[in-house]
Amino acid sequence: MAIAERPSPVLARSGGTALVTPSSSLGVFRRPVSSTGWRSWVFTVDHKKLGIMYGVAAFVFFIVGGCEALLIRLQLAAGSNKVLSASAYNQMFTMHATTMVFLFVMPMAAAFANYLLPLQIGARDVAFPRINAFGFWCFLFGGLFLNTAWFLGGAADTGWFAYAPNTSVAFSPSHGVDFWALGLQITGIASLTGAINLIVTVLNMRAPGMSLMKMPIFSWMVLVVQFLLLFAIPVITVALFLLTFQRNFGAAFFSVDKGADPLLWQHLFWIFGHPEVYILVLPSFGIVSEVLPVFSRKPLFGYKFVVFSGAAIGFLGWGVWAHHMFASGLGPVSVAVFSVATMAIALPTGVKIVNWTMTLWGGKLRFTTSMMFAIGLIIEFTIGGLSGVTHSVSPSDTQQTDTYYVVAHFHYVLFGGAVFGLFAGFYYWWPKVFGKMLSERIGKWNFWLMVIGMNLTFGPMHILGLQGQPRRMQIWTEFRAGDGFFNGAFWNLVSTIGAFILALGIFTFIVNVFLTYKKGEVTPGDPWDARSLEWMTDSPPKEHNFDSIPTVHALDEFFHRKYVEDEETGELTQVTNYAEIMAEMEAKADKNIHLPSPSYWPIVLAIALPIVAYGVIFNRLLAVFGAAVLLFAIFGWSLEPSVADASDYDPPADGDNGESTKELATLG
Amino acid sequence: MADIATPTTPASEPDTTAAVALGTEPDIHGMEPTPGAHDDHGDAHGGGEHGHATSTGLSNNKLAMWMFLGSECLLFGGLISTYMLYRGRHEGSPSPSQLYNIPLTSVSSFVLLMSSLTMVLAVSAAQRHDDRNTTTWLTVTALLGATFVGAQVFEFTEFYHEGLGFTTNLFGSSFFTLTGFHGVHVTVGIIMLMALVGMINRGKIPGNKAEVVEMIGLYWHFVDIVWIIIFTLVYLIPS
Repeated sequence: MAIAERPSPVLARSGGTALVTPSSSLGVFRRPVSSTGWRSWVFTVDHKKLGIMYGVAAFVFFIVGGCEALLIRLQLAAGSNKVLSASAYNQMFTMHATTMVFLFVMPMAAAFANYLLPLQIGARDVAFPRINAFGFWCFLFGGLFLNTAWFLGGAADTGWFAYAPNTSVAFSPSHGVDFWALGLQITGIASLTGAINLIVTVLNMRAPGMSLMKMPIFSWMVLVVQFLLLFAIPVITVALFLLTFQRNFGAAFFSVDKGADPLLWQHLFWIFGHPEVYILVLPSFGIVSEVLPVFSRKPLFGYKFVVFSGAAIGFLGWGVWAHHMFASGLGPVSVAVFSVATMAIALPTGVKIVNWTMTLWGGKLRFTTSMMFAIGLIIEFTIGGLSGVTHSVSPSDTQQTDTYYVVAHFHYVLFGGAVFGLFAGFYYWWPKVFGKMLSERIGKWNFWLMVIGMNLTFGPMHILGLQGQPRRMQIWTEFRAGDGFFNGAFWNLVSTIGAFILALGIFTFIVNVFLTYKKGEVTPGDPWDARSLEWMTDSPPKEHNFDSIPTVHALDEFFHRKYVEDEETGELTQVTNYAEIMAEMEAKADKNIHLPSPSYWPIVLAIALPIVAYGVIFNRLLAVFGAAVLLFAIFGWSLEPSVADASDYDPPADGDNGESTKELATLG
Repeated sequence: MADIATPTTPASEPDTTAAVALGTEPDIHGMEPTPGAHDDHGDAHGGGEHGHATSTGLSNNKLAMWMFLGSECLLFGGLISTYMLYRGRHEGSPSPSQLYNIPLTSVSSFVLLMSSLTMVLAVSAAQRHDDRNTTTWLTVTALLGATFVGAQVFEFTEFYHEGLGFTTNLFGSSFFTLTGFHGVHVTVGIIMLMALVGMINRGKIPGNKAEVVEMIGLYWHFVDIVWIIIFTLVYLIPS
């Protein structure tokens, strides 16, 4: 599958072997060329396959994190409950948060970005396909490494922000925190390489005519997120290095008895951690900004405002980190500054909400599941945003710090915001990626179960929090649960029931995916009458994405090709359709499309990282071995050309690249 | 391999052809003439789809390196902040002003700065396709870098003998972490330089040779600049 052209009909019929023979790199590995079976996935550098792999892996971690959440809710369902021991409970909430943030939402956003970004900007792949593959494997191995802690003495138990000195060996003696620090270091590499890759892709590889202000809004939001990652990841890298040095090499960074300042960790963590919040939610903002116009049959209201408010959120996101630390005694000046900055960030966010609402206004609304999730996001995120503003008022925040009110707030923004956006994206782009529609009927069930579930789960937490139930509390007693409307026992039970309804909603989604896979309808190429470039190709797209790279004239290029707007009445007249546009693109298809070849090196390089990490924890010799593999893989990688040699082709390619067409087939 | 760069334009044509063919403005910045059939691209193959006419005019590789260095700024920013916070906390060891050997570090800093000069000469030679001078200057750069790392190892040993270990106190931990991270960056740079020399000698550079040299040059200069900041903040400004 290395090199893609339109399949040659003769070969497609005979189902013959792949036409590419492997060349060796570094004399060790022959180049992987399988176009079928597991090898075609494991060694792929195709952004679409990697996007799907990101999605599948992230969803598995979503289920893992969800089960952890259910266990937490079970423990809190009744007073003096004994589902989880205190130690297990600590590990559970730490890993729930870590999994959901680092192993579900971030990589799921990466899945969308990977799959859609090149399609949306009219490119054939990302700028660095092998680095893209490397990033995926780093994420997967990092995530697996993190979770092996469960079986090797216990997972991290310090909460996801792992405040010092709780993370020191004295207070967390298992290897859990070591696994946490090193595992996040590895997934951090995935984020960093991904950020560089996607930034270069967006800045350098747009289709002719696509200026930045004609770029689809999802691509814009992804770009902003990648810049946030680019500058946020190194900060947590420093923090995690300090932590590892502290725990594994005896450094003094967080030893309070040696005069260390516990606030160092908090600052480093939240300088990363607050941009991280926007890293989680902005991709979903991008997704709903694509979904709403399509199902309202109107252009996005105030495209430029949405773009610049996204960028503004990105900038302001760097100046508000200390609002996570209002209770730590920063002093009145810092608190005032960060308080005001935090209030200011509500403005660009509000701009977005207004723009989405105005997009709906007067539109011909179609309430598909995707649309419902998008509207769900607007409502639920706004609730979370409002409770967020109450945190920015520091006197009020001091009361709310470390209570369930905070838990309620960030679940509304992260579940109601980030996750709803991702689900809107699933239903919207499923036919694009898999060529089949998810069932709308089951989709409605999915949506309503999730909405009801999330409000029942997280809504009562506002009440519990304001009543003073502390965050991370393992056990509560009937005796202190309170009376009447504010009875903690009642609301905790409601919350637990809500969590199971939510889980049922997710299960409905899995059922939907399964049934679609079994007997879903094959979709027409453009099922939603969509607007942006990723729909201007087959569903699922060919390996080379576009037969010919389109020249872009307008924002919402695809829509503007299909419809002409009457300048006076604003009425739309259809001038052509999907099939005709596709036929036209195929007629002037590019010759000699060459895609990057698969490679072993990304996965070999990535596997070296957990080996080093296990070595740091258990045995330094293992670390040395891992480092050797790492070095070997780097050299193998640098000596390997990104595309297989001409001699790899069968028949061999001509030296010149003029007219000779090498019909290299993408064979099944 | 020439054929992989662009669907339409022979690789040896001037870049403007590819740019015009795609209807975008040719941008002179960052575009070097393509010297030979094998010099089309490195890993940035996707960029090849557009010939050399990337949307910004900068090559993918170079843009990526700039992005990476931007990210590195925050890495060192975090480490430097940690050091600045903890440099006064040296209970149980001699104080920084007693330990630092400013003349020695000044000399090794000078050596490192000179390596930036030789790096520039290597890049310039690479752009003239003068392999012999390229490898010579790269080797000199690596040797100067190695001298710097050697001086750092010497300095670390001295400090250790005078009573400042990695675990002694907060000053020790943060000093060794900051300067150690920088030393590792220089070492990685040396490995890249030597690998580059080896690969040039065997003709194994996949892609545009001058650009590869230039990219490693960017990294090298960055590491030097960071050292100027570290040297000033850590050694010259008294705590």
